[in-house]
Amino acid sequence: MIQWFIPQASSFAGDVDFLFLLITLVVGFWFVLTELVFFGLMVRYQKREGVKAEYITGDGHEKHWVHVPHWMVIVCDVLLIVGAIMVWNKIKIDMPEKIDATIKVIGQQWAWTFVHPGPDGILDTEDDITTIDELHVQKGLVYKFDLSSKDVLHNFSVPVFRLKQDAVPGRTISGWFQPTKSGTFDIQCAEMCGTAHGIMNALLHIEDEDSHAFWLKQNTVLAQK
Amino acid sequence: MSGDHHGPTSFWSKYVFSLDHKVIGMQYMFTGMFMALIGGYFAYAFRMQLAFPGQEVPGYGVVTSHDYNSLVTNHGTIMIFWVAMPVLIAALGNFLIPLMIGADDMVFPKLNRLSYQIFLLSSVVLIISFFVPGGGFGGAWTSYPPLSAEPEYNLTPLGAPLWLSAVALEIVAFLLGGINFLTTVMNARTKGMKMYDIPMVVWMIVIATLLFMASVGPLVAGAVMLLFDQTLNTSFFSVDGGDPLLWQHLFWFFGHPEVYVVLLPAMGIVCEIITTFSRKKLFGYKEILYMTFATGILSFFVWAHHQFVAGIDPRMATVFSITTLLISIPIGVLCFCFIATLWGGSISFTVPMLWALAFIGEFLLGGVTGIYLGASGTDIYLHDTYFVIAHFHYTFFPIAIIGTFAGITYWFPKMFGRMMDETLGKIHFWGTIIPFNCLFIPLFLLGMGGQHRRIYNYENFPDLSSPEMQNLRIFATLALVALLAFQIPFLYNLFRSMFRGDKAGNNPWKANTLEWVAPSPPPHGNFGHEFPEVYRGPYEFSHPEREDDYWPQSEPGPRGEIKEH
Repeated sequence: MIQWFIPQASSFAGDVDFLFLLITLVVGFWFVLTELVFFGLMVRYQKREGVKAEYITGDGHEKHWVHVPHWMVIVCDVLLIVGAIMVWNKIKIDMPEKIDATIKVIGQQWAWTFVHPGPDGILDTEDDITTIDELHVQKGLVYKFDLSSKDVLHNFSVPVFRLKQDAVPGRTISGWFQPTKSGTFDIQCAEMCGTAHGIMNALLHIEDEDSHAFWLKQNTVLAQK
Repeated sequence: MSGDHHGPTSFWSKYVFSLDHKVIGMQYMFTGMFMALIGGYFAYAFRMQLAFPGQEVPGYGVVTSHDYNSLVTNHGTIMIFWVAMPVLIAALGNFLIPLMIGADDMVFPKLNRLSYQIFLLSSVVLIISFFVPGGGFGGAWTSYPPLSAEPEYNLTPLGAPLWLSAVALEIVAFLLGGINFLTTVMNARTKGMKMYDIPMVVWMIVIATLLFMASVGPLVAGAVMLLFDQTLNTSFFSVDGGDPLLWQHLFWFFGHPEVYVVLLPAMGIVCEIITTFSRKKLFGYKEILYMTFATGILSFFVWAHHQFVAGIDPRMATVFSITTLLISIPIGVLCFCFIATLWGGSISFTVPMLWALAFIGEFLLGGVTGIYLGASGTDIYLHDTYFVIAHFHYTFFPIAIIGTFAGITYWFPKMFGRMMDETLGKIHFWGTIIPFNCLFIPLFLLGMGGQHRRIYNYENFPDLSSPEMQNLRIFATLALVALLAFQIPFLYNLFRSMFRGDKAGNNPWKANTLEWVAPSPPPHGNFGHEFPEVYRGPYEFSHPEREDDYWPQSEPGPRGEIKEH
């Protein structure tokens, strides 16, 4: 359902969207059923002249009215917990074995700095490409990111990836993504970071192999001048 | 507890420095309603900015990004700490507890007065913080350091410490009130009132108070440390020598039980109203009571679901995801019990009943949408989006607004001895409920579209500035304006009925609990010279052995309980 609003551009976006759909189906069923019963009772038991209300304590056998649906809710809870943990582990815990490239993402009031490895593919060498507010990645590669902050909390949020992670000053937090769709998309700061939090956006450029190579070459030439 | 029930006579001792629990309750209520007007005005200002970015907002002016941050921060702070807490717990708790347990007052009246005075002081400090150089604090109501701790980051060198001091004072006020509530309920119940004869709303306020008192310690400690960081350059929450994430734990250890601190009194109000107007015994009194305790205990083990992506150890998310989803178990039972109470009833749709039913219907949506956020996998995407905003407004609006209106319209005859106008009441009801849904349903959709919180202008984000999304924002804003406009009939009805409404009599709703034995409005000392005695539970409606469909707790006779097989 999320994909109706915003495209999926990472290998795990589909997992998040599927979990959202699963929760909607399970929770939606119970929500609709409960509201129907609720409105049904309101209509059925309106005050009528000469009809006295029943005397029901809810302490005896009527407890089943509550307990039976209730056990069914617990079963649903277990299903959703399993789904939630599987998606969480895939995105946040299990780092892929093969990493194609590592980038640095640095938040500060109020801009994003991205450090890309240059043509040698290795970070912290001379040909690194540093950009402000634009991130260039190649479709299909697996990226590891090292996220940090220079001042306050920020949040590296990429909606099309379905990815969010707070940047905490004094720490480096790592994560991963694999872009699957080319195009230009928003990167947000999703943690209140002060006066200009509202304009702390950056652009994500997902490029196919050729155009990414072109971008690399262009920026390497510029750097050498 | 002297036998002297001749009340104070001068204006000052009767209304300003009163020791009477009812007057203190009213003081809390009217202060809370005044603060609600400020909170509503702030919402109006920032919603108008979102709908018509950059344009002058009528009655406010141009909203800068700095203003915007301060408006959203203080809207949240006010609505939780200065509206929901004072009105639901302090006002109704003060007014109802002594009346419902058959006491002449709180056991510590002077502590009670001090509690209100500190609360008033905290409100004044908060209001002052909007007008100091640099403006009001804008670092979100959660006030995460290092932003909140360092003036060079938040740019509100005076606003931030004043805001924090106001919150700390407010908490002190409620601690004093809480001690009073607990002691009064445990020690001052009238003759015959056993544990299971206590009306559910009193139980709920007591459990809420327990939760508040048990959870607030870490926050107070945290607030003092943060205040030191702000003003004395200590480094409890800074990177050098401290830890910014520590604050989040202290804050949410309090912050999540706090949700239940305000939820429970609202649920208690619903219990009183749905039983009275469906003429039914409360379905599963003990079940509800135990499940409320279970909710309270569980609520201490879920706080880190606010921090899934905050940089905590990712393995912790699994534990907190499980505890969070488990809380749907007791809350589910509570909602099912409320709905089951309607079964076999004789329902009349009075204004308080409409509010109570609306609470159940709307809160359900707030409850189920919490599952998306408690599930760690989807929270990665939904964290800090408008989906979160829509979710918690579907819980907090039923609690703080719908629950409050339910309580005020139900007990108004007791508070002022007169009835409110039903037609105006229904206009106000529909004029609030319909715009409320029109306001927050679009926010779910915007959140699903990736719109993140606390952004003053979405034109800067290409993916979020489509005309469709902007139309949803405008629609929500117009709904808010309608919602605010429909509060005028309520205020008119409230103040007109205080003086012009029909006389109410002692028990206009034919309810069972003890407050309806006292005259309306109750005099100083509540019940005159003789305290009522309790002979049975609070919800003996439509008893098969009786002609009347209600059976007051204080009417001498058998307990009337029928054993189930």
